[in-house]
Amino acid sequence: MPIDLPTIWAGIIAFAVLAYVVLDGFDLGIGILFPFFPARQERDLMTNSIAPVWDGNETWLVLGGGGLMAVFPVAYATVLPALYMPIIIMLLGLIFRGVAFEFRWRTQRASHYWDYGFWIGSTLAGFTQGIALGALVQGITVVDRAYAGGWWDWLSPFSILTGFAVVVGYALLGACWLNLKTLGAVQDKARKLAKGLGIAMLVLIAAVSLWSPFINPVYFERWFGWPTAFFSALVPLLLAVCAFLLWHGLTNDKHLQPFLAALGLFVLSFVGLGISFYPYIVPGSLTIAEAAAPDSSLMFLLVGAVILVPTILAYTGYAYWVFRGKLDPEEGYH
Amino acid sequence: MTFGLTAEILARIQFAFTVSFHFIFPAFSIGTASFLAVLNALWLWKRDPAYLKLFEYWKTIFAVTFGMGVVSGIVMSYQFGTNWSVFSEKAGAVIGPLMGYEVLTAFFLEAGFLGIALFGRKRVGDGLHMVAVAMVAIGTLISATWITSANSWMHTPAGFSLDANGAFIPEDWWAIIFNPSFPYRLTHTVLAAFLTTAFAVGAVGAWHLLKDRENRQARIMFSMAMWMAAIVTPIQIFVGDMHGLNTLEHQPAKIAAMEGHYETHTDGAPLILFGIPDDEAETTHYAVEIPKLGSLILTHSLDGEVKGLKEWDRADRPPALIPFFTFRIMVGIGFLMLGLGMWSLWSRWRKTLYTNRWLHRSAVVMGGSGFVAVLAGWYTTEVGRQPYTVYGLMRTADSLSPVDAPAVGASLVAFVIVYFLVFGAGVFYLFRLFRRPPILDEDHELDKAPHRAAGITPGPAQEDPIKEGLRHAD
Ligand code: HDD
Ligand code: HEM
Ligand code: HEM
Repeated sequence: MPIDLPTIWAGIIAFAVLAYVVLDGFDLGIGILFPFFPARQERDLMTNSIAPVWDGNETWLVLGGGGLMAVFPVAYATVLPALYMPIIIMLLGLIFRGVAFEFRWRTQRASHYWDYGFWIGSTLAGFTQGIALGALVQGITVVDRAYAGGWWDWLSPFSILTGFAVVVGYALLGACWLNLKTLGAVQDKARKLAKGLGIAMLVLIAAVSLWSPFINPVYFERWFGWPTAFFSALVPLLLAVCAFLLWHGLTNDKHLQPFLAALGLFVLSFVGLGISFYPYIVPGSLTIAEAAAPDSSLMFLLVGAVILVPTILAYTGYAYWVFRGKLDPEEGYH
Repeated sequence: MTFGLTAEILARIQFAFTVSFHFIFPAFSIGTASFLAVLNALWLWKRDPAYLKLFEYWKTIFAVTFGMGVVSGIVMSYQFGTNWSVFSEKAGAVIGPLMGYEVLTAFFLEAGFLGIALFGRKRVGDGLHMVAVAMVAIGTLISATWITSANSWMHTPAGFSLDANGAFIPEDWWAIIFNPSFPYRLTHTVLAAFLTTAFAVGAVGAWHLLKDRENRQARIMFSMAMWMAAIVTPIQIFVGDMHGLNTLEHQPAKIAAMEGHYETHTDGAPLILFGIPDDEAETTHYAVEIPKLGSLILTHSLDGEVKGLKEWDRADRPPALIPFFTFRIMVGIGFLMLGLGMWSLWSRWRKTLYTNRWLHRSAVVMGGSGFVAVLAGWYTTEVGRQPYTVYGLMRTADSLSPVDAPAVGASLVAFVIVYFLVFGAGVFYLFRLFRRPPILDEDHELDKAPHRAAGITPGPAQEDPIKEGLRHAD
């Protein structure tokens, strides 16, 4: 049986994007939650909880984007011009939140400006990522292997909704991360926030799921046609399980369980998107096979990925393990 | 917001602007990462707290620089798609996997071990901490290797075929990675990063020596930097010459632009020291020349033939003005660096290395020279490659995304504002960090200028590594 390189690569890229969303998701969530934690000590604790890992988390975004150029150059070359504005804003947002980690320690007077930068940067990055997702679900105009739309096509009520959904989802992850890493007042506040955010996230998942089948008949077919309907029925069921575990963990003083349950919500939403998209990489316009680079590129990079991705996961896991446990408010990293 | 410019020009300005920033920070962090690895190894070996102090001192500076390098790099990796999508579609199958390997072998390595290198000494112990510091340094070098390979392929493409759509299909990865200009460009660029750091470190050391010539840490850093200057600069000049010869072989039009030659010389080309190249009039005004020296440098013979720009159609020529000047700036700085390196050897021999105030003042003045040389070098190469993105095969004008000029103009304005604001502040904080005297007192993080919120911030509970080091040394 010939190996289908493009499909394998679609799986790897999807994994990188998912890894990015859940890992950087909780980093960005910490930033999104900044206004709820006005005190300097709280904010120090929050940024210190992610300072050793955020750069590694963000690198999955580089793998998702850079990898796309390597293995699906046509998708990279059509999606990025189509999403020009949201992507530029996302990059600017990521600049602010990335430098804030260092800069807020390097100044007294301007420290709270960098805290604003951290908050706004994180929120904008999450929001534009959601907008990009919504715009992709809606579909983009591709003619002759190139983007053929305007520079405002991405803006629609649906993409705004997905923008909000992602911000709320990231905030939920961030709150669950704080519940895991802190004790005392910060943890209490995070837990309360997580309850509200959990409910909001479920409502938004429902809204997006009910809306999207009507955007494109292909999705409708996918979700309600046989045999895929079997899987599409399974996803909501598992979502309900995760929602229950989230609630149960938050009300019963569990520290790890809510975070894992929130991750579960993200993974399931992502699988749902996968069901809608497959076999397209740009829905309605480009299939995985059409967008793929020549086999020589796919094979060359695959050899490395097979060895390196597990290695990366191993040492990333080690780095998380080194900084495991509750954060000691007395242990400043700076 | 198009300022009357086309989308192409706006996209080129945006790329040049963002990549210039992205090169300044990584050039510094490539050198600093290796410097930190050396300092930490020296500390573990000699158990001399002065090295630990220097490690802690430069660690903070590294963290700030590295952060700016990372965020400016993420912009780069998306800009190929947003602004140069046709290029990405046609050349992505070749360039993309090289950058993919950069992510897999370098970026994850740096990022994964950065946290441990910066914050983890107490948690993992000296041995593993040293491993982490070394991994970060190696990661920066691997990163430089892949990206210069990708960039070099665009200058001297090899190992590919073209399909019916005009897309590049990789045929021989070995030939692609080790394309003809890659070895020279890589060596020259990595040495440039080391020199950039060396001169910055030397300037900080010299500045503190000017205030207190007994400060042992300042002496160590100044001495280390001056060794680098004295040893690496001559090598860099030699490599630069080889690089130029390689360019003469593969991109002679670029050399003609750098040299300011419009006419082809068959009986020995002069070396134009100064002049103003004029592409319209096809001549270099006010040229100050040394007869035959141009041929001697480029062909190593007095009468060697050197082609002038008139050999090429106007549409295929690079503009001459920028490469002509930036090349002279880079080479001029190279010789100034050599001068300082030799002077430091002389002072060392005369035992005045730590007391010669004019040497220290000169080192302070030369502190930023590496950054200028590095940018000047890139401008020479990149502008000299015009009008192509993939040399001889794909034109810049044909590489552009189908994005409207107002969108590109708006994003350019946003980048300019944000970069000056954010990176301006970052550079300001770096200078503040340079100003801390490198002294072995108890509160090494705070020193004189408080740079963290006093009072409210919980102080580091972990034991002060310097104090511990002092205890060790007893
Ligand atoms: C500290 C930095 C530094 C210093 C002192 C020098 N260079 Fe350089 N040069 C670079 C940093 C650099 C660079 C940034 O690394 C470049 C840009 C792209 C590249 O490949 O290397 C470069 C490019 C570059 C090129 C263009 C190669 C091309 O056409 O692609 C030539 C011919 C030279 N250099 C030659 C020299 C000579 C003869 C020097 C000695 C006087 C010299 N450089 C000093
Ligand atoms: C246009 C081409 C380039 C692209 C697309 C690019 C991309 C990137 C990206 C995405 C990062 C962040 C990685 C992370 O998340 O940790 C980064 C960092 C880095 N890049 Fe680049 N880069 C380019 C050019 C260069 C060049 C020319 C060099 C040096 C020779 C370089 C050296 C580095 C280094 C050492 C880092 C680590 C961060 C730092 O040291 O500041 N890059 N780059
Ligand atoms: C890091 C230092 C670098 C600097 C300072 C630099 C500088 C420049 C400049 C000034 C231009 C505009 C040239 C013109 O329009 O006349 C340019 C264009 C460009 N460079 Fe570089 N460059 C660097 C690295 C790279 C790398 C590593 C790559 C690719 C991997 C690259 C790819 C390009 C591309 C695609 C363009 C746009 C098309 C063009 O105008 O040629 N550059 N760069």
